[in-house]
Amino acid sequence: MFKAVVTVTLRPSILDPEGKTVEQSLHQLGYGAVHNVRMGKHIELEVDAETESQARETVDDICNKLLANPVMEDYTFTIRRKEEAVKE
Amino acid sequence: MKEQARAAVIVFPGSNCDHDAFFALRKIMGIDTRFVWHKEESLGETDLVILPGGFSYGDYLRCGAIARFSPIMKDVINFARNGGVVTGICNGFQVLCEAGLLPGALVRNEHLRFVCKDVYIRVENNDTRFTSQCSEGEVLKISVAHGDGNYIIDAEGLEELKKNRQIVFRYSDENGEISDAVNPNGSLENIAGIVNREGNVLGMMPHPERAMEDLLGKRDGKKIFESVINSIIQVNNYISAE
Repeated sequence: MFKAVVTVTLRPSILDPEGKTVEQSLHQLGYGAVHNVRMGKHIELEVDAETESQARETVDDICNKLLANPVMEDYTFTIRRKEEAVKE
Repeated sequence: MKEQARAAVIVFPGSNCDHDAFFALRKIMGIDTRFVWHKEESLGETDLVILPGGFSYGDYLRCGAIARFSPIMKDVINFARNGGVVTGICNGFQVLCEAGLLPGALVRNEHLRFVCKDVYIRVENNDTRFTSQCSEGEVLKISVAHGDGNYIIDAEGLEELKKNRQIVFRYSDENGEISDAVNPNGSLENIAGIVNREGNVLGMMPHPERAMEDLLGKRDGKKIFESVINSIIQVNNYISAE
């Protein structure tokens, strides 16, 4: 079993009004040094697979199909064996 | 000669304008209309498919992203690819974009607020199956009610839309003037509704099914239903005359 952590973000060209609002709030709190706040999604999932490359293929497939909309979003993910993930 | 048009209104978990669409089609337009539950695998015999407004699957993940994979969508996609007439209203528009039947995507309103009010939209192209009863440049008064109606598409896609006259409705004022001030959600170029390149699939954020009779204060939406039903009857008559 493998554990994957997927991060989905709006493409840089897409305006992120939510990120902008959070940024404004941070500025009001006095954190004027903070810029370019972008919101995104963090998705954790487990995959049954024999090898890491099989698991990677599955995760890539579901990111393209469902987890991200390539019209407006990019995604990245990390993957590792479940046992290692549990030991942490 | 087949003079009747038949419609199917798809019901997803979380659809909430399905009954409005049904009422508009069956009671006001007087056509044979059925609900089709999203778990069905076949549309059955129909001439028109409506994907209604609402919050299918609670808008989880992205609006329309999960509904797009409901069992019935396979047949909806087949139906559309074979030239069947499909209209997606509000959440239905989002589902059509997610399904790849329409280009672009709908993202969070620029001002982040849910917008629920009457707006004006200008008919940009009356040479479509959905707008033939309108005049070019006609201004319709219709309500919007959405949190994610901000239409986006890349520059290349926008060029395609313009070249093929796929932009059908744009937000305007009551005189048909288009400006940022009358854009309710930040939508690119005030886009409120588009058709696919073939012209048989319409997606729009405003709700024509809520603007059907004077009793409810607005009737401009009826022109859209009249257009599409007329076009279906014409095509059906043409086919049965062959």
